[in-house]
Amino acid sequence: MDFIITVISKILTISFLSAAVVQGMPLLFGALGELITEKVGNLNLGIPGIMYMGGIGGLTGAFLYERYASNQVVILGLICAVVMSMLFSLAGGLIYSVLTITFRTNQNVTGLALTIFGIGIGNFIGSSLSRLAGTASQITVYTTGKAFKTTIPVLSDIPVMGPLLFSYGFLTYTAIILTIITAFILSKTNIGLNLRAAGENPAAMDAAGINITKYKYAATLIGAVISGLGGLHFVMEYVGGTWQNNGFGDRGWLSVALVIFALWKPIRALWGSMIFGGLYILYSYMPISGEIQELFKMLPYVVTVIVLIISSIKKKKENQPPASLGIPYFREER
Amino acid sequence: MNTKDQVKVPFVRIVKRDDISIRKSFLIYFVAIIASLVLCGIILFVLTGSSPGNVYMTIVRGAFGSQRKIWVTVRETTLLLGVALALTPAYKMKFWNIGGEGQILVGGIATAAVMIYCGNIMPTWLLFVSMIAASSLAGLIWGIIPAIFKAKWKTNETLFTLMLNYIAIQLTSFFTIFWESVKGSGSIGIINSKTKAGWLSTSFMSGIIGNYNFVLNVMIIFILSILMFIYLKYTKHGFELSVVGESENTAEYVGINVKKVIIRTMALSGALCGFIGFLIVSGSSHTISISTAANRGFTAIIVAWLAKFNPIFMFLISLLLIFMQQGASQIASDYNLNESANDVITGIILFFTLASGFFTNFRLIFGHSRKEE
Repeated sequence: MDFIITVISKILTISFLSAAVVQGMPLLFGALGELITEKVGNLNLGIPGIMYMGGIGGLTGAFLYERYASNQVVILGLICAVVMSMLFSLAGGLIYSVLTITFRTNQNVTGLALTIFGIGIGNFIGSSLSRLAGTASQITVYTTGKAFKTTIPVLSDIPVMGPLLFSYGFLTYTAIILTIITAFILSKTNIGLNLRAAGENPAAMDAAGINITKYKYAATLIGAVISGLGGLHFVMEYVGGTWQNNGFGDRGWLSVALVIFALWKPIRALWGSMIFGGLYILYSYMPISGEIQELFKMLPYVVTVIVLIISSIKKKKENQPPASLGIPYFREER
Repeated sequence: MNTKDQVKVPFVRIVKRDDISIRKSFLIYFVAIIASLVLCGIILFVLTGSSPGNVYMTIVRGAFGSQRKIWVTVRETTLLLGVALALTPAYKMKFWNIGGEGQILVGGIATAAVMIYCGNIMPTWLLFVSMIAASSLAGLIWGIIPAIFKAKWKTNETLFTLMLNYIAIQLTSFFTIFWESVKGSGSIGIINSKTKAGWLSTSFMSGIIGNYNFVLNVMIIFILSILMFIYLKYTKHGFELSVVGESENTAEYVGINVKKVIIRTMALSGALCGFIGFLIVSGSSHTISISTAANRGFTAIIVAWLAKFNPIFMFLISLLLIFMQQGASQIASDYNLNESANDVITGIILFFTLASGFFTNFRLIFGHSRKEE
């Protein structure tokens, strides 16, 4: 009983709840990107790699700006970071879509190769960039990093509500707004209907004269860019503008897990990301020894497995993965 | 003829090939691999500023530069091949087992546990029997769980096995702290470093082929490849699982118990992955950590897929990947770059070979073609 009370008293604190939100945001970006991709029937297992690419892209952009721009304007460094991050993840998305959509390679295999590649790129640039640029030290872009951490003025000073709701950088709010927009587009617009149709029954959509390839490319690339922002959020807002090899860890896979947890629904992914964020850091709030903490870290995955099992046993139609998930579409194949 | 009357012809069309000669498909892959090696060479050459000849020489030196390096290359190649072999029956059945990583790790944990708790009390033969049994059983359990759910409720196996990897990784990091040699070090160090109990020892060959040999690993994987080839090609089990892979409905119709085949095949696949975990822990690293599986579970999926489940191709692709990885590591250390360069190189080679698979399955027709009836 004492144990439960200690745990609850530690969890129901502003510091834990806002830490859960911060941890959840990279996952939300990743999951949102993966969700959009999966809606058109592409299971992109390269998302973890793309998130590394997005992270290192942002860092590279900020680094180059801080190093070579003569007149430092913080907002420009920030824009450089965001644009470079998007370009890097777009490149990752392009590799995946050209291979799987045009060249019809197997999605799982291509995705895994992309993850190996993307994590390699991240770690490689991350630890070689400063050396290639001729400086000895670790790359750090604290000025730009600080800009990413800037919270909403005035509002964040309100007690309780401030730290809980307004103490985050702009990327956090971007993630939430993007989620709501995605949910709206998917369920209320024609584009969303077509997207979902491409994932459920591409042959029917093709017969209706809609260009499947176009939709698949668009969704996969947009998905990749959004996921990449998750890497950017982690590197800039969470870490504050520096690189640590494999520092992003398994968060990319956690994003893939979150899509399952969310049963392919954006709004569920939104609150799910905060639950996952909480589960991810729960161990450090527990009065337990080191090795048991490691067992606690598997919680998000265990929860995902349980959701996966329950949803497959219950077989509710609206909770299933897109019907053609993982299957490439080729008109001549019936 | 007026151009307006003509039917609009797309610039290029894609047509599925009925079938392709082995020579031609080999040629396509060969061109793709050469192209990827050239690209890798250019990248490394830009990064290091050294001459291309130098870069390629360094790669060769990294993989085959000394007796020790040759053995590392051989060991890594056979281990990767081993995992690819272990995954093959599942893929042939079109069961996407992405959980190789986790199945290797639980096999490794089981091996380490036997080494730690029984290393000094069991006779050598019993120790090895228990290690092999424990590691295979652990891998089997890890593989059979998603298979049961797939067979019974069609639970998506790709996502399920993927999640199990991370559960296995956390389990491993639990045990590395639980067994850690020095409190707070977070590593268990070399197991039985004094007694060498439970080490797959190859010192009996050291007089002939050097101290760093991994001859037993190589022999075991070699035998495994032959057995796997026979199993898939000439046994009833192998036939059944390939029918299930082609079409579950057909399998059902001809009276194959699909559920049983799925569970049985994944039990085999998982057990073999666990066994590879034993080979890694007992036969090479003599320790366990979360990097024990070292992405082999993922890379092997791509190897098995690219080789179309042919053991000889699997060996060649494994060798190519490991050769380039060892070479890239050498370049990284010579030129003071980060060794993740080898992941980038691996990725590039895989992209090229994957893309070339397209040209073996499809052909392009530009504009009008009379040949096309």
